[in-house]
Amino acid sequence: MEQIIIFLILLGVGYFLGNRREQKHYEDIKRREKSTLHVPLMSWGAKQELPYAHDAEMFVGSVVVANDYFKTVSASLRNLVGGRVTVYETLLDRGRREAMLRMKESAMEWGASQVINVRFETSNIGGQGQAAGAVEIMAYGTGIR
Amino acid sequence: MTRSIARATSVTLTTLEGVPGKEIIEHYGLVQGSTIRAKHVGKDILAGFKNIVGGELKAYTELLQESRQEAVNRMVMQAEELGANAVINIRFATSSVAPGAAELFAYGTAVKVR
Repeated sequence: MEQIIIFLILLGVGYFLGNRREQKHYEDIKRREKSTLHVPLMSWGAKQELPYAHDAEMFVGSVVVANDYFKTVSASLRNLVGGRVTVYETLLDRGRREAMLRMKESAMEWGASQVINVRFETSNIGGQGQAAGAVEIMAYGTGIR
Repeated sequence: MTRSIARATSVTLTTLEGVPGKEIIEHYGLVQGSTIRAKHVGKDILAGFKNIVGGELKAYTELLQESRQEAVNRMVMQAEELGANAVINIRFATSSVAPGAAELFAYGTAVKVR
């Protein structure tokens, strides 16, 4: 009985706080994306003629994100029937955008006019037990000015 | 924090096949650096709490950034030993080798540019 109550409390806390944090994060991401729109990111750059620039430097942005308790449970339920796991889609989406923004912001601080040859790298760094499901997302590219 | 990856050294690092505005005069071949890090128990417990509400796990982000810096430093050290002044076409790879431990790996081509 106690276990069920704890489970339900965790579920509720995860649902309300998790959703609120996600909404806030998305608002933050959208605001920052808008304010950094004037610096383009390109995924090309290798196997091509080098762009004209005075300076080039590598920039890295990374973030480790995890799902809340409610979403972890709903994803494991989804596992039973298969199909789209929307809760993980939003997690990876905001993680990737956050990593990209961090890279972009550090490049802009340096004075980059654009960032080229951007690559992504995603890895599961899941630990033991409940900490499973943490994902590291990194973005790296070359800023030129 | 992320900027220091390139700032700590005079070696130019790029993910391109060269350094814009400069000419490659010598190739020294592949250089690489890697590090394996395990998580701190305290951080793991905190992350467990964080897992209830979701979102970013800042302690892990910092840990992995530090480790990646270490891997890049090792790669740069190798390049400096060879006499290179730039490392081009850098790529990263991350893999979890055991529960709670991750390997961070960076590799690139050491060159001399002018």
